[in-house]
Amino acid sequence: MSVELEIHDSQGLPTEEMTLNMGPQHPSTHGVLRFIVKADGEVMRRAIPDIGYLHRSIEKIAEKVGWHGFMPYTDRVDYVAAMACNQGWAMAAEQLAGIEVPRRGEYCRVIAAELSRICSHLLGVGAMGMDMGAITPFTHALRERDMIMDLLEELCGARLTFNYMRIGGVAWDLPHDFVEKVSHYLDHLEPVIEEFNQLLGYNRIYVKRFADVATVDADMAIAWGLVGPNLRGSGVDFDVRRDLPYSVYEDFDFDVPLGSGEMGSIGDCWDRYIVRMREMVESIRILRQALAGIPEGPVIAKVARNFKPPVGDVHVKIEAPRGEQSWYVSSDGSEYPHRVHIRTGSFTAMGIIDRLSRGLMIADLVAVIASMDIVAPEVDR
Amino acid sequence: MDSTGIHAALRGHFDTAVGELAPGPFEASIEVDASAIEAVCTFLRDEKGLEFDNLSNLSGADYPELERIQAVYSLFSYKQRHSITLRVNADRTAPVIPTVEAVWPAANWLEREIFDLLGVEFSGHCDLRRILLPEDWVGYPLRKDYEEQPDYHGISTVRENLLTMKRD
Repeated sequence: MSVELEIHDSQGLPTEEMTLNMGPQHPSTHGVLRFIVKADGEVMRRAIPDIGYLHRSIEKIAEKVGWHGFMPYTDRVDYVAAMACNQGWAMAAEQLAGIEVPRRGEYCRVIAAELSRICSHLLGVGAMGMDMGAITPFTHALRERDMIMDLLEELCGARLTFNYMRIGGVAWDLPHDFVEKVSHYLDHLEPVIEEFNQLLGYNRIYVKRFADVATVDADMAIAWGLVGPNLRGSGVDFDVRRDLPYSVYEDFDFDVPLGSGEMGSIGDCWDRYIVRMREMVESIRILRQALAGIPEGPVIAKVARNFKPPVGDVHVKIEAPRGEQSWYVSSDGSEYPHRVHIRTGSFTAMGIIDRLSRGLMIADLVAVIASMDIVAPEVDR
Repeated sequence: MDSTGIHAALRGHFDTAVGELAPGPFEASIEVDASAIEAVCTFLRDEKGLEFDNLSNLSGADYPELERIQAVYSLFSYKQRHSITLRVNADRTAPVIPTVEAVWPAANWLEREIFDLLGVEFSGHCDLRRILLPEDWVGYPLRKDYEEQPDYHGISTVRENLLTMKRD
Protein backbone atom coordinates (compact mmCIF):
# COMPACT_ATOMS: atom_id res chain seq x y z
CA MET A 1 0.00 0.00 0.00
CA SER A 2 1.46 3.39 -0.93
CA VAL A 3 1.54 5.99 1.78
CA GLU A 4 0.67 9.52 0.74
CA LEU A 5 2.90 12.25 2.03
CA GLU A 6 0.30 14.86 2.85
CA ILE A 7 -3.04 14.26 4.45
CA HIS A 8 -6.15 16.21 3.52
CA ASP A 9 -9.38 16.13 5.43
CA SER A 10 -12.81 15.96 3.74
CA GLN A 11 -12.74 19.68 2.94
CA GLY A 12 -9.32 19.37 1.31
CA LEU A 13 -7.53 21.15 4.14
CA PRO A 14 -4.08 19.79 5.00
CA THR A 15 -3.84 18.22 8.48
CA GLU A 16 -1.02 16.60 10.39
CA GLU A 17 -0.01 13.02 10.91
CA MET A 18 -0.46 11.97 14.51
CA THR A 19 2.20 10.06 16.41
CA LEU A 20 0.89 7.90 19.24
CA ASN A 21 2.80 5.90 21.78
CA MET A 22 1.45 2.49 22.78
CA GLY A 23 3.20 0.75 25.63
CA PRO A 24 5.55 -0.37 27.03
CA GLN A 25 3.05 -0.80 29.88
CA HIS A 26 -0.21 -1.59 28.16
CA PRO A 27 -2.58 -4.32 29.31
CA SER A 28 -3.02 -5.91 25.90
CA THR A 29 0.49 -5.97 24.52
CA HIS A 30 1.30 -9.38 26.04
CA GLY A 31 4.29 -8.39 28.06
CA VAL A 32 6.43 -5.32 27.89
CA LEU A 33 6.63 -4.06 24.34
CA ARG A 34 6.07 -0.74 22.71
CA PHE A 35 4.68 0.54 19.45
CA ILE A 36 5.10 3.94 17.91
CA VAL A 37 1.97 4.45 15.85
CA LYS A 38 1.82 6.96 13.01
CA ALA A 39 -1.85 7.56 12.47
CA ASP A 40 -4.06 9.46 10.07
CA GLY A 41 -7.14 9.81 12.25
CA GLU A 42 -8.22 6.29 13.12
CA VAL A 43 -6.15 4.67 10.38
CA MET A 44 -2.58 3.62 10.99
CA ARG A 45 0.07 4.48 8.48
CA ARG A 46 2.69 2.55 10.37
CA ALA A 47 3.07 0.83 13.71
CA ILE A 48 6.78 0.60 14.48
CA PRO A 49 7.61 -2.01 17.12
CA ASP A 50 10.21 -1.06 19.70
CA ILE A 51 11.40 -4.23 21.36
CA GLY A 52 14.12 -5.12 23.84
CA TYR A 53 12.45 -4.15 27.11
CA LEU A 54 12.66 -7.77 28.25
CA HIS A 55 16.12 -8.52 26.90
CA ARG A 56 17.90 -10.60 29.54
CA SER A 57 20.91 -11.58 27.39
CA ILE A 58 20.02 -15.25 27.70
CA GLU A 59 22.31 -16.13 24.78
CA LYS A 60 25.27 -14.49 26.50
CA ILE A 61 24.45 -16.24 29.77
CA ALA A 62 24.63 -19.57 27.91
CA GLU A 63 28.29 -18.89 27.14
CA LYS A 64 28.99 -18.46 30.86
CA VAL A 65 27.03 -21.17 32.67
CA GLY A 66 27.85 -24.32 30.75
CA TRP A 67 25.78 -26.98 29.04
CA HIS A 68 23.83 -28.43 31.97
CA GLY A 69 23.55 -25.12 33.77
CA PHE A 70 21.75 -23.42 30.90
CA MET A 71 18.64 -25.63 31.12
CA PRO A 72 16.77 -23.50 33.73
CA TYR A 73 17.47 -20.38 31.66
CA THR A 74 15.73 -21.88 28.63
CA ASP A 75 12.52 -21.87 30.70
CA ARG A 76 12.68 -18.09 30.68
CA VAL A 77 12.97 -17.78 26.90
CA ASP A 78 9.25 -18.43 26.53
CA TYR A 79 7.81 -18.86 29.99
CA VAL A 80 4.33 -19.60 28.62
CA ALA A 81 5.61 -22.78 26.99
CA ALA A 82 8.84 -23.57 28.80
CA MET A 83 8.83 -27.27 27.90
CA ALA A 84 9.41 -26.54 24.23
CA CYS A 85 12.48 -24.45 24.98
CA ASN A 86 13.79 -27.18 27.32
CA GLN A 87 13.41 -29.65 24.51
CA GLY A 88 15.12 -27.45 21.91
CA TRP A 89 18.18 -26.97 24.10
CA ALA A 90 18.37 -30.62 25.13
CA MET A 91 18.07 -31.77 21.52
CA ALA A 92 20.77 -29.38 20.32
CA ALA A 93 23.24 -30.60 22.96
CA GLU A 94 22.34 -34.24 22.31
CA GLN A 95 22.88 -33.89 18.58
CA LEU A 96 26.27 -32.28 19.12
CA ALA A 97 27.42 -35.06 21.42
CA GLY A 98 25.60 -37.90 19.65
CA ILE A 99 23.57 -38.93 22.69
CA GLU A 100 20.61 -41.23 22.21
CA VAL A 101 17.66 -40.58 24.50
CA PRO A 102 15.89 -43.71 25.85
CA ARG A 103 12.47 -44.23 24.28
CA ARG A 104 10.59 -43.81 27.53
CA GLY A 105 12.40 -40.51 27.98
CA GLU A 106 11.28 -39.36 24.53
CA TYR A 107 7.68 -40.33 25.34
CA CYS A 108 7.87 -38.37 28.59
CA ARG A 109 9.12 -35.39 26.61
CA VAL A 110 6.31 -35.61 24.08
CA ILE A 111 3.69 -35.90 26.83
CA ALA A 112 5.15 -32.90 28.67
CA ALA A 113 5.57 -30.85 25.48
CA GLU A 114 2.03 -31.50 24.22
CA LEU A 115 0.50 -30.69 27.61
CA SER A 116 2.54 -27.51 27.54
CA ARG A 117 1.29 -26.75 24.02
CA ILE A 118 -2.35 -27.03 25.09
CA CYS A 119 -1.52 -24.89 28.11
CA SER A 120 0.06 -22.21 25.93
CA HIS A 121 -2.69 -22.23 23.29
CA LEU A 122 -5.34 -21.91 26.02
CA LEU A 123 -3.67 -18.76 27.29
CA GLY A 124 -3.23 -17.55 23.72
CA VAL A 125 -6.86 -17.91 22.63
CA GLY A 126 -8.10 -16.70 26.00
CA ALA A 127 -6.02 -13.55 25.60
CA MET A 128 -7.34 -13.11 22.05
CA GLY A 129 -10.83 -12.95 23.50
CA MET A 130 -9.79 -10.62 26.28
CA ASP A 131 -8.07 -8.25 23.87
CA MET A 132 -11.29 -8.07 21.88
CA GLY A 133 -13.21 -7.20 25.03
CA ALA A 134 -14.51 -10.63 25.98
CA ILE A 135 -13.31 -11.17 29.54
CA THR A 136 -15.37 -14.27 30.42
CA PRO A 137 -13.77 -16.71 27.94
CA PHE A 138 -10.38 -15.75 29.34
CA THR A 139 -11.38 -16.97 32.77
CA HIS A 140 -12.67 -20.21 31.22
CA ALA A 141 -9.36 -20.71 29.43
CA LEU A 142 -7.39 -20.01 32.59
CA ARG A 143 -9.53 -22.50 34.52
CA GLU A 144 -8.59 -25.26 32.06
CA ARG A 145 -4.98 -24.13 31.96
CA ASP A 146 -4.76 -24.31 35.71
CA MET A 147 -5.65 -28.00 35.64
CA ILE A 148 -2.79 -28.68 33.22
CA MET A 149 -0.47 -26.74 35.47
CA ASP A 150 -1.55 -28.95 38.37
CA LEU A 151 -0.62 -31.98 36.27
CA LEU A 152 2.72 -30.50 35.28
CA GLU A 153 3.38 -29.60 38.89
CA GLU A 154 2.94 -33.26 39.80
CA LEU A 155 5.33 -34.13 37.00
CA CYS A 156 8.19 -31.77 37.80
CA GLY A 157 7.33 -29.65 40.82
CA ALA A 158 6.93 -26.35 39.00
CA ARG A 159 3.95 -24.65 37.42
CA LEU A 160 5.59 -22.30 34.95
CA THR A 161 9.36 -22.67 34.65
CA PHE A 162 9.63 -26.43 34.62
CA ASN A 163 13.32 -27.29 34.20
CA TYR A 164 12.02 -30.83 33.56
CA MET A 165 14.24 -31.98 30.73
CA ARG A 166 17.91 -32.80 30.92
CA ILE A 167 20.55 -33.39 28.30
CA GLY A 168 19.99 -37.10 27.62
CA GLY A 169 16.38 -37.39 28.72
CA VAL A 170 14.09 -36.07 31.44
CA ALA A 171 14.72 -35.46 35.12
CA TRP A 172 12.01 -37.69 36.56
CA ASP A 173 9.79 -40.51 35.41
CA LEU A 174 6.02 -40.00 35.33
CA PRO A 175 4.57 -39.97 38.85
CA HIS A 176 2.17 -42.58 40.19
CA ASP A 177 -1.25 -42.55 38.44
CA PHE A 178 -0.12 -39.79 36.06
CA VAL A 179 -1.29 -41.62 32.92
CA GLU A 180 -4.79 -42.08 34.38
CA LYS A 181 -4.97 -38.50 35.54
CA VAL A 182 -3.98 -37.10 32.15
CA SER A 183 -6.42 -39.41 30.32
CA HIS A 184 -9.17 -38.31 32.65
CA TYR A 185 -8.31 -34.67 32.04
CA LEU A 186 -8.26 -35.10 28.26
CA ASP A 187 -11.76 -36.61 28.37
CA HIS A 188 -12.84 -33.51 30.24
CA LEU A 189 -11.03 -31.06 27.94
CA GLU A 190 -12.33 -32.26 24.58
CA PRO A 191 -15.93 -31.03 24.99
CA VAL A 192 -14.65 -27.85 26.65
CA ILE A 193 -12.78 -26.89 23.47
CA GLU A 194 -16.00 -27.21 21.50
CA GLU A 195 -17.82 -25.18 24.14
CA PHE A 196 -15.11 -22.54 23.98
CA ASN A 197 -15.58 -22.25 20.23
CA GLN A 198 -19.32 -21.81 20.71
CA LEU A 199 -18.76 -19.20 23.38
CA LEU A 200 -16.01 -17.23 21.65
CA GLY A 201 -14.87 -18.49 18.26
CA TYR A 202 -18.22 -18.39 16.45
CA ASN A 203 -19.50 -15.43 18.42
CA ARG A 204 -20.77 -12.82 15.97
CA ILE A 205 -18.93 -9.88 17.50
CA TYR A 206 -15.71 -11.81 17.74
CA VAL A 207 -15.92 -12.95 14.12
CA LYS A 208 -16.59 -9.37 13.00
CA ARG A 209 -13.49 -8.18 14.85
CA PHE A 210 -11.23 -10.94 13.54
CA ALA A 211 -12.42 -11.94 10.06
CA ASP A 212 -10.74 -10.25 7.09
CA VAL A 213 -8.41 -8.31 9.39
CA ALA A 214 -4.65 -8.28 8.69
CA THR A 215 -4.70 -10.96 6.02
CA VAL A 216 -1.33 -12.59 5.33
CA ASP A 217 -1.20 -14.68 2.16
CA ALA A 218 0.96 -17.80 1.91
CA ASP A 219 3.85 -16.25 -0.06
CA MET A 220 4.07 -13.30 2.27
CA ALA A 221 4.01 -15.53 5.34
CA ILE A 222 6.90 -17.62 3.99
CA ALA A 223 9.00 -14.66 2.85
CA TRP A 224 8.62 -12.90 6.20
CA GLY A 225 9.47 -16.08 8.02
CA LEU A 226 6.22 -16.61 9.90
CA VAL A 227 6.15 -20.01 11.56
CA GLY A 228 3.83 -22.44 13.28
CA PRO A 229 0.14 -21.61 13.69
CA ASN A 230 0.64 -18.19 12.05
CA LEU A 231 2.05 -19.88 8.95
CA ARG A 232 -0.60 -22.58 8.89
CA GLY A 233 -3.28 -19.94 9.35
CA SER A 234 -2.15 -18.65 5.95
CA GLY A 235 -2.77 -22.09 4.48
CA VAL A 236 0.83 -23.36 4.27
CA ASP A 237 0.77 -27.07 5.00
CA PHE A 238 3.88 -27.44 7.16
CA ASP A 239 4.47 -28.73 10.65
CA VAL A 240 7.95 -29.59 11.91
CA ARG A 241 6.53 -32.49 13.91
CA ARG A 242 5.23 -34.13 10.75
CA ASP A 243 7.56 -32.91 8.00
CA LEU A 244 10.95 -32.92 9.74
CA PRO A 245 10.07 -35.36 12.52
CA TYR A 246 12.09 -35.29 15.73
CA SER A 247 11.78 -37.15 19.03
CA VAL A 248 9.13 -39.89 18.58
CA TYR A 249 6.54 -37.89 16.62
CA GLU A 250 6.78 -40.39 13.77
CA ASP A 251 4.95 -42.90 15.97
CA PHE A 252 1.80 -40.80 16.15
CA ASP A 253 -1.04 -40.22 13.79
CA PHE A 254 -2.28 -36.63 13.72
CA ASP A 255 -3.55 -34.01 11.28
CA VAL A 256 -2.19 -30.54 10.65
CA PRO A 257 -5.04 -28.00 10.73
CA LEU A 258 -4.87 -25.20 8.19
CA GLY A 259 -6.60 -21.87 7.80
CA SER A 260 -9.18 -21.99 5.03
CA GLY A 261 -10.85 -18.60 5.14
CA GLU A 262 -14.05 -19.93 6.71
CA MET A 263 -15.16 -16.55 8.05
CA GLY A 264 -13.33 -14.25 5.66
CA SER A 265 -10.19 -14.70 3.64
CA ILE A 266 -7.35 -17.18 4.10
CA GLY A 267 -4.75 -15.93 6.54
CA ASP A 268 -6.86 -13.45 8.49
CA CYS A 269 -6.86 -13.14 12.27
CA TRP A 270 -9.76 -15.57 12.66
CA ASP A 271 -7.89 -18.29 10.77
CA ARG A 272 -4.96 -17.90 13.12
CA TYR A 273 -7.39 -18.31 16.01
CA ILE A 274 -9.14 -21.42 14.73
CA VAL A 275 -5.87 -23.14 13.79
CA ARG A 276 -4.83 -22.94 17.44
CA MET A 277 -8.17 -24.35 18.63
CA ARG A 278 -7.91 -27.30 16.23
CA GLU A 279 -4.28 -27.86 17.14
CA MET A 280 -5.34 -28.45 20.71
CA VAL A 281 -7.62 -31.25 19.51
CA GLU A 282 -4.69 -32.78 17.61
CA SER A 283 -2.50 -32.48 20.70
CA ILE A 284 -5.15 -34.43 22.60
CA ARG A 285 -4.92 -37.14 19.92
CA ILE A 286 -1.11 -37.26 20.21
CA LEU A 287 -1.32 -37.37 24.00
CA ARG A 288 -3.78 -40.28 23.97
CA GLN A 289 -1.50 -42.27 21.66
CA ALA A 290 1.58 -41.42 23.71
CA LEU A 291 -0.10 -42.40 26.98
CA ALA A 292 -1.28 -45.69 25.49
CA GLY A 293 2.05 -46.56 23.89
CA ILE A 294 4.59 -45.44 26.46
CA PRO A 295 7.27 -48.14 26.78
CA GLU A 296 9.01 -49.26 29.96
CA GLY A 297 12.64 -48.50 30.61
CA PRO A 298 14.95 -45.72 31.76
CA VAL A 299 14.08 -42.06 31.13
CA ILE A 300 17.58 -40.62 30.90
CA ALA A 301 20.79 -41.67 29.22
CA LYS A 302 24.13 -41.60 31.00
CA VAL A 303 25.67 -38.18 30.40
CA ALA A 304 28.94 -37.02 31.91
CA ARG A 305 28.58 -34.30 34.50
CA ASN A 306 31.55 -32.62 32.86
CA PHE A 307 29.78 -32.55 29.51
CA LYS A 308 32.03 -31.52 26.59
CA PRO A 309 30.56 -32.08 23.13
CA PRO A 310 32.97 -32.21 20.16
CA VAL A 311 33.70 -29.16 18.02
CA GLY A 312 30.95 -28.31 15.56
CA ASP A 313 27.69 -26.47 15.20
CA VAL A 314 24.14 -27.61 14.74
CA HIS A 315 20.75 -26.26 13.74
CA VAL A 316 17.84 -27.83 15.55
CA LYS A 317 14.24 -27.10 14.65
CA ILE A 318 11.36 -27.94 16.92
CA GLU A 319 7.67 -27.13 16.77
CA ALA A 320 7.06 -24.92 19.78
CA PRO A 321 3.53 -23.60 20.46
CA ARG A 322 4.48 -20.30 18.86
CA GLY A 323 5.91 -22.04 15.85
CA GLU A 324 9.19 -23.41 14.67
CA GLN A 325 11.95 -22.60 17.10
CA SER A 326 15.34 -22.74 15.48
CA TRP A 327 18.36 -23.32 17.71
CA TYR A 328 21.83 -22.60 16.39
CA VAL A 329 24.33 -24.02 18.85
CA SER A 330 28.04 -24.05 18.27
CA SER A 331 30.58 -25.88 20.41
CA ASP A 332 34.33 -25.34 20.61
CA GLY A 333 34.87 -28.55 22.55
CA SER A 334 34.95 -26.90 25.95
CA GLU A 335 32.56 -27.14 28.88
CA TYR A 336 30.87 -23.91 27.79
CA PRO A 337 28.89 -23.43 24.57
CA HIS A 338 30.64 -21.20 22.05
CA ARG A 339 27.46 -19.61 20.73
CA VAL A 340 23.74 -20.16 21.23
CA HIS A 341 21.18 -18.43 19.05
CA ILE A 342 17.45 -18.97 19.33
CA ARG A 343 15.25 -17.80 16.48
CA THR A 344 11.81 -17.80 18.05
CA GLY A 345 8.38 -17.67 16.46
CA SER A 346 7.39 -14.40 18.12
CA PHE A 347 10.50 -12.62 16.81
CA THR A 348 9.56 -13.00 13.15
CA ALA A 349 5.89 -12.40 13.95
CA MET A 350 6.86 -9.04 15.47
CA GLY A 351 8.95 -8.30 12.40
CA ILE A 352 5.95 -8.44 10.08
CA ILE A 353 3.73 -6.12 12.16
CA ASP A 354 5.23 -2.91 10.75
CA ARG A 355 4.35 -4.10 7.24
CA LEU A 356 0.97 -5.51 8.24
CA SER A 357 -0.28 -2.51 10.18
CA ARG A 358 -0.27 -0.10 7.23
CA GLY A 359 -3.83 0.92 6.50
CA LEU A 360 -5.37 -0.87 9.48
CA MET A 361 -7.51 0.79 12.15
CA ILE A 362 -5.70 1.55 15.41
CA ALA A 363 -8.05 -0.77 17.31
CA ASP A 364 -7.06 -3.62 15.01
CA LEU A 365 -3.41 -3.45 16.08
CA VAL A 366 -4.40 -5.22 19.28
CA ALA A 367 -6.19 -7.87 17.20
CA VAL A 368 -3.03 -8.45 15.15
CA ILE A 369 -0.77 -8.81 18.20
CA ALA A 370 -3.28 -11.12 19.88
CA SER A 371 -3.87 -13.30 16.82
CA MET A 372 -0.12 -13.74 16.28
CA ASP A 373 0.07 -14.91 19.92
CA ILE A 374 3.15 -12.82 20.58
CA VAL A 375 4.89 -13.32 23.89
CA ALA A 376 7.30 -10.45 24.54
CA PRO A 377 10.03 -12.33 26.46
CA GLU A 378 10.32 -14.71 23.55
CA VAL A 379 10.92 -11.79 21.21
CA ASP A 380 13.62 -10.24 23.38
CA ARG A 381 15.23 -13.27 25.07
CA MET B 1 17.47 -31.87 -3.99
CA ASP B 2 20.35 -32.96 -1.77
CA SER B 3 23.19 -30.67 -0.77
CA THR B 4 25.54 -32.06 -3.45
CA GLY B 5 23.07 -31.08 -6.17
CA ILE B 6 22.53 -27.63 -4.69
CA HIS B 7 26.28 -27.10 -4.47
CA ALA B 8 26.81 -28.22 -8.08
CA ALA B 9 24.14 -25.77 -9.27
CA LEU B 10 25.81 -22.93 -7.34
CA ARG B 11 29.29 -23.86 -8.57
CA GLY B 12 28.06 -23.93 -12.15
CA HIS B 13 26.73 -20.41 -11.85
CA PHE B 14 29.16 -18.65 -9.52
CA ASP B 15 32.43 -20.55 -9.93
CA THR B 16 34.95 -19.69 -7.17
CA ALA B 17 32.79 -17.22 -5.24
CA VAL B 18 31.22 -20.34 -3.78
CA GLY B 19 33.50 -22.53 -1.67
CA GLU B 20 33.67 -26.29 -1.35
CA LEU B 21 30.82 -28.26 0.12
CA ALA B 22 31.80 -28.90 3.72
CA PRO B 23 30.08 -32.10 4.87
CA GLY B 24 30.23 -31.14 8.56
CA PRO B 25 29.34 -33.52 11.35
CA PHE B 26 25.63 -32.64 11.17
CA GLU B 27 24.62 -30.86 8.01
CA ALA B 28 26.45 -29.85 4.87
CA SER B 29 27.33 -26.20 4.51
CA ILE B 30 28.74 -24.00 1.77
CA GLU B 31 31.09 -21.11 2.31
CA VAL B 32 30.21 -18.06 0.21
CA ASP B 33 32.24 -14.90 -0.44
CA ALA B 34 30.72 -11.91 1.31
CA SER B 35 30.62 -9.92 -1.95
CA ALA B 36 28.55 -12.64 -3.67
CA ILE B 37 26.04 -13.39 -0.93
CA GLU B 38 23.17 -11.34 -2.31
CA ALA B 39 23.55 -12.76 -5.84
CA VAL B 40 23.83 -16.29 -4.46
CA CYS B 41 20.70 -15.87 -2.36
CA THR B 42 18.73 -14.37 -5.25
CA PHE B 43 19.82 -17.29 -7.42
CA LEU B 44 18.86 -19.83 -4.76
CA ARG B 45 15.45 -18.23 -4.40
CA ASP B 46 14.61 -17.86 -8.10
CA GLU B 47 16.23 -20.86 -9.80
CA LYS B 48 13.74 -23.53 -10.75
CA GLY B 49 14.27 -26.68 -8.72
CA LEU B 50 16.00 -24.83 -5.86
CA GLU B 51 13.31 -22.30 -4.85
CA PHE B 52 14.58 -21.40 -1.37
CA ASP B 53 11.66 -19.20 -0.41
CA ASN B 54 12.47 -18.94 3.30
CA LEU B 55 15.36 -17.67 5.39
CA SER B 56 14.76 -19.85 8.38
CA ASN B 57 17.55 -18.55 10.61
CA LEU B 58 20.45 -16.15 10.45
CA SER B 59 23.00 -16.50 13.22
CA GLY B 60 26.45 -15.18 13.79
CA ALA B 61 29.43 -16.29 15.83
CA ASP B 62 32.70 -14.66 16.80
CA TYR B 63 36.01 -16.48 16.23
CA PRO B 64 38.75 -14.18 17.59
CA GLU B 65 41.56 -16.71 17.05
CA LEU B 66 40.64 -16.92 13.34
CA GLU B 67 40.25 -13.13 13.13
CA ARG B 68 36.73 -13.41 11.79
CA ILE B 69 33.05 -13.22 12.47
CA GLN B 70 30.94 -15.79 10.72
CA ALA B 71 27.33 -15.34 9.65
CA VAL B 72 25.40 -18.57 9.21
CA TYR B 73 22.37 -18.54 6.91
CA SER B 74 19.97 -21.41 7.27
CA LEU B 75 17.72 -21.63 4.22
CA PHE B 76 14.65 -23.74 3.69
CA SER B 77 12.36 -24.31 0.74
CA TYR B 78 8.71 -24.93 1.49
CA LYS B 79 8.10 -25.84 -2.15
CA GLN B 80 10.93 -28.37 -2.49
CA ARG B 81 11.27 -29.31 1.20
CA HIS B 82 15.05 -29.14 1.23
CA SER B 83 17.50 -27.03 3.20
CA ILE B 84 21.06 -25.74 3.00
CA THR B 85 23.40 -23.78 5.24
CA LEU B 86 25.53 -20.92 3.91
CA ARG B 87 28.50 -19.47 5.79
CA VAL B 88 29.92 -16.02 5.20
CA ASN B 89 33.14 -14.93 6.87
CA ALA B 90 33.81 -11.30 7.60
CA ASP B 91 36.98 -9.62 8.78
CA ARG B 92 36.77 -9.16 12.54
CA THR B 93 38.19 -5.64 12.67
CA ALA B 94 35.55 -4.20 10.33
CA PRO B 95 32.94 -6.82 9.47
CA VAL B 96 30.79 -5.87 6.48
CA ILE B 97 28.36 -8.19 4.70
CA PRO B 98 25.86 -7.07 2.03
CA THR B 99 22.25 -7.35 3.14
CA VAL B 100 19.88 -9.99 1.80
CA GLU B 101 16.84 -8.03 2.92
CA ALA B 102 15.72 -7.60 -0.70
CA VAL B 103 15.68 -11.38 -1.15
CA TRP B 104 13.77 -12.30 2.00
CA PRO B 105 12.18 -9.52 4.07
CA ALA B 106 12.62 -11.71 7.17
CA ALA B 107 16.32 -10.82 6.98
CA ASN B 108 15.56 -7.26 8.06
CA TRP B 109 15.20 -8.04 11.76
CA LEU B 110 17.58 -10.99 11.82
CA GLU B 111 20.37 -8.80 10.39
CA ARG B 112 19.58 -6.03 12.84
CA GLU B 113 19.95 -8.52 15.68
CA ILE B 114 23.41 -9.59 14.51
CA PHE B 115 24.41 -5.96 14.04
CA ASP B 116 23.24 -5.25 17.56
CA LEU B 117 24.96 -8.14 19.31
CA LEU B 118 28.01 -8.83 17.11
CA GLY B 119 28.58 -5.56 15.31
CA VAL B 120 28.40 -6.84 11.75
CA GLU B 121 27.46 -4.04 9.36
CA PHE B 122 25.01 -5.19 6.73
CA SER B 123 25.66 -2.80 3.87
CA GLY B 124 22.58 -1.61 2.02
CA HIS B 125 20.23 -2.40 4.91
CA CYS B 126 17.36 0.10 5.01
CA ASP B 127 17.13 0.46 8.79
CA LEU B 128 20.29 -0.78 10.50
CA ARG B 129 19.70 0.22 14.12
CA ARG B 130 20.16 -1.61 17.39
CA ILE B 131 17.13 -3.78 18.04
CA LEU B 132 17.40 -5.44 21.47
CA LEU B 133 19.80 -3.10 23.27
CA PRO B 134 19.34 0.64 23.80
CA GLU B 135 20.52 2.90 20.99
CA ASP B 136 23.35 4.36 23.09
CA TRP B 137 24.75 1.05 24.33
CA VAL B 138 28.52 0.74 23.94
CA GLY B 139 30.06 -2.38 22.43
CA TYR B 140 28.80 -5.64 20.98
CA PRO B 141 28.05 -8.10 23.84
CA LEU B 142 28.34 -11.38 21.95
CA ARG B 143 31.90 -10.69 20.86
CA LYS B 144 34.31 -12.80 22.87
CA ASP B 145 36.39 -9.79 23.96
CA TYR B 146 33.40 -7.69 25.03
CA GLU B 147 33.87 -5.70 28.18
CA GLU B 148 30.81 -4.29 29.88
CA GLN B 149 30.83 -0.58 30.69
CA PRO B 150 31.09 0.05 34.45
CA ASP B 151 27.83 1.99 34.38
CA TYR B 152 24.98 2.91 32.10
CA HIS B 153 23.47 6.40 32.60
CA GLY B 154 24.86 6.47 36.14
CA ILE B 155 23.43 3.05 37.00
CA SER B 156 26.20 0.74 38.12
CA THR B 157 26.43 -2.57 36.28
CA VAL B 158 28.53 -4.14 39.03
CA ARG B 159 27.18 -5.41 42.31
CA GLU B 160 29.22 -6.41 45.28
CA ASN B 161 28.82 -9.99 46.39
CA LEU B 162 26.82 -9.83 49.60
CA LEU B 163 28.30 -13.09 50.85
CA THR B 164 31.88 -11.88 50.72
CA MET B 165 31.26 -8.28 51.79
CA LYS B 166 32.79 -7.22 55.09
CA ARG B 167 30.50 -5.83 57.77
CA ASP B 168 31.40 -2.54 59.38
